[in-house]
Amino acid sequence: MKYVDEFRDRDKARVLIKEIERLLVTIDIAKQRPIAIMEVCGGHTHSIFRYGLEGMLPKEIELVHGPGCPVCVLPMGRVDDCISIAERPEVIFTTFGDAMRVPGSKKSLLTAKAEGADVRMVYSPMDALALARKHPDRDVVFFGIGFETTMPSTALTILQAERDGIANFSVFCNHITIIPTIKAVLDSPDFQIDGFLGPGHVSMVIGTEPYGFIASYYRRPLVVAGFEPLDILQSIWMVLRQVKDGRADIENQYARIVPEAGNAAALAAVSRVYELREFFEWRGLGSIDHSGVKLRDSYAQFDAERKFAIPGVKIADPKSCQCGEVLKGVIKPWQCKVFGSACTPEVPLGALMVSPEGACAAYYQYGGIKRHVGVA
Amino acid sequence: MNFVATMKPKRRLGRVSVPKVTLAHGGGGKAMKDLIDDVFIEAFGNDTLAPLEDQARIGLDALARHGDRLAFTTDSFVVDPLVFPGGDIGTLAVCGTVNDLAVGGAIPLYLSCAVIIEEGVEIEFLRRIARSMAATAVAAGVQIVTGDTKVVQKGACDKLFITTTGIGVIRTGIDIGADKARPGDAILVNGLLGDHGAAILGARGDMVLESSIESDCAPLHGLIAAILDAAPGTRFMRDATRGGLATVLNEVAAASQVAIEIDETATPIRLEVKAFSEILGLDPLYLANEGKIVVVVPQDEANAALAAMLGHPLGRAAALIGHVKDGDAGRVTMRTVFGGVRIVDMLVGEQLPRIC
Repeated sequence: MKYVDEFRDRDKARVLIKEIERLLVTIDIAKQRPIAIMEVCGGHTHSIFRYGLEGMLPKEIELVHGPGCPVCVLPMGRVDDCISIAERPEVIFTTFGDAMRVPGSKKSLLTAKAEGADVRMVYSPMDALALARKHPDRDVVFFGIGFETTMPSTALTILQAERDGIANFSVFCNHITIIPTIKAVLDSPDFQIDGFLGPGHVSMVIGTEPYGFIASYYRRPLVVAGFEPLDILQSIWMVLRQVKDGRADIENQYARIVPEAGNAAALAAVSRVYELREFFEWRGLGSIDHSGVKLRDSYAQFDAERKFAIPGVKIADPKSCQCGEVLKGVIKPWQCKVFGSACTPEVPLGALMVSPEGACAAYYQYGGIKRHVGVA
Repeated sequence: MNFVATMKPKRRLGRVSVPKVTLAHGGGGKAMKDLIDDVFIEAFGNDTLAPLEDQARIGLDALARHGDRLAFTTDSFVVDPLVFPGGDIGTLAVCGTVNDLAVGGAIPLYLSCAVIIEEGVEIEFLRRIARSMAATAVAAGVQIVTGDTKVVQKGACDKLFITTTGIGVIRTGIDIGADKARPGDAILVNGLLGDHGAAILGARGDMVLESSIESDCAPLHGLIAAILDAAPGTRFMRDATRGGLATVLNEVAAASQVAIEIDETATPIRLEVKAFSEILGLDPLYLANEGKIVVVVPQDEANAALAAMLGHPLGRAAALIGHVKDGDAGRVTMRTVFGGVRIVDMLVGEQLPRIC
């Protein structure tokens, strides 16, 4: 068992889709309107498009692509801040690849690099720390971005830098947390989701317990899902079974990776290094309370926000952009006024067009097969 | 200054006595002549190479024996790192231009070689690159007959840039074009896709991934000649370099105003390349190749073309991967391994690894 191909088996997919169809027949509301299931995580969105899952599912299921692409939800003001750091002559600015294309109010990191900023792509914060060791005369800044999935690796890198006494390394922290974000979606007045696919790799860190309120208070089922196409199909089936039974439980489809209690070592590193921000600005969603983290005072020396003066200017999303409504599932990407016209992957206006995990970019790039006929 | 192969008597070649290239080697004097002699004439030298005229002279009647149209192409090569598993910038500079000629149905014959060298590059390294260009040229059946060297200041270029221009002759009766694909045609590739792109990314060494993937860099003129013999009705061929398979398929779909569907299970990609791509969040359909072509042939010649490919050393893993269809003009789709259908669009910019 390699835990890869086994989860991409098209014969098993056919069986599962039959099971889903059989289940749908027994669900009454599915006869009046599609069952809306939100996959919170951008990794799921990517898999759904990569394997063409939407086209395989019966039309009674509507997948809503949630806010879980950390690159997409980064507000323009923060991108401007990170460019102002990157453009300092003493700085080597390190970032994950897909964050380079996110547009700020004037430019992206890719453009800043072309204009002479020393911006380097890394695959891990540890690579950034290695650069700091190699260039003691420069200030190496790591662009910390992502949900709980990447939060621990940034934290552990800071702890390592502290142990090794590396003073020329810092993090521009834009890490965000998933729970307040899901809560913001649930609280939005136009909320209309029947169930959730929970983020697999975030849950590997935080476990399944923090989702409890979604079932107990909001009465919505959530199934923590893996990223292979069969994982996603099985998780959809599990959500539907709950809908059918009238249950709202937190279930774990991705048990081969996700322990119910999460990862204690990762959580310890996270709580040692970060504390919650009072609020954090999201592109498309506005400000969400307690949705971001910053470095604790005891790690201030590794905090790029304190080390360098940043403009910190809040910049409003473009007016014509409807990312927020797409994120909450109120409209579909292609129903946005600027989708494919003023907003394309080449010149993204809204957050969701930026990364291939963003719902709009995914539709633009991979999707559209049934949409072309104008299914609304 | 130019260096040119012409029919002149042999003369003694100059030698470079310093270990590294300096601006003096671009100055037009003895140092430059010595560099050209020692590195390039030495490596490329057939008997006809010697005096430095400003142009190569090629008899028209000799060209006309091969066919009825001249094919003429140019390409610049910049690659980081300059040496990678399976090749170097020299092999790339010859294969790239040879293949650009061959996919048009041309027999590649002559190349030029222009190099821009950053001061400080080791002479021994240049010798190595020149030798690998020479060896690849022999394998490709072409002669490097003219060239140029420039030396620029540190920082003005990344060690070494090479531009090769090629001349070939298109065989009479062959007519290949991106606008010639028709619904029902078969789409073939000559082997495993994405090796070059993955090898280069792996060789950059800025990630902790170790891989044994080698570049597929190879001159394809022989394979292409075999395909054209077996399938004279071949509609279209293109080497799937930058932008990979996906880009070539989009180009032909757009130019021919047809739809294309390929089957993921039939598309040959090495397990290591798949794993490598998945870890980095890249799509192997967009990874560069330097020894792979996409071939569109009428369905009734598909078996013959495939057999010809499989029978050639550079086509051992060849496969029929899909068909040209009626329908949305310009649209390329892939039936996924899972049974779904996805769109395979043009890449917007460079592929950037995903965060998680």
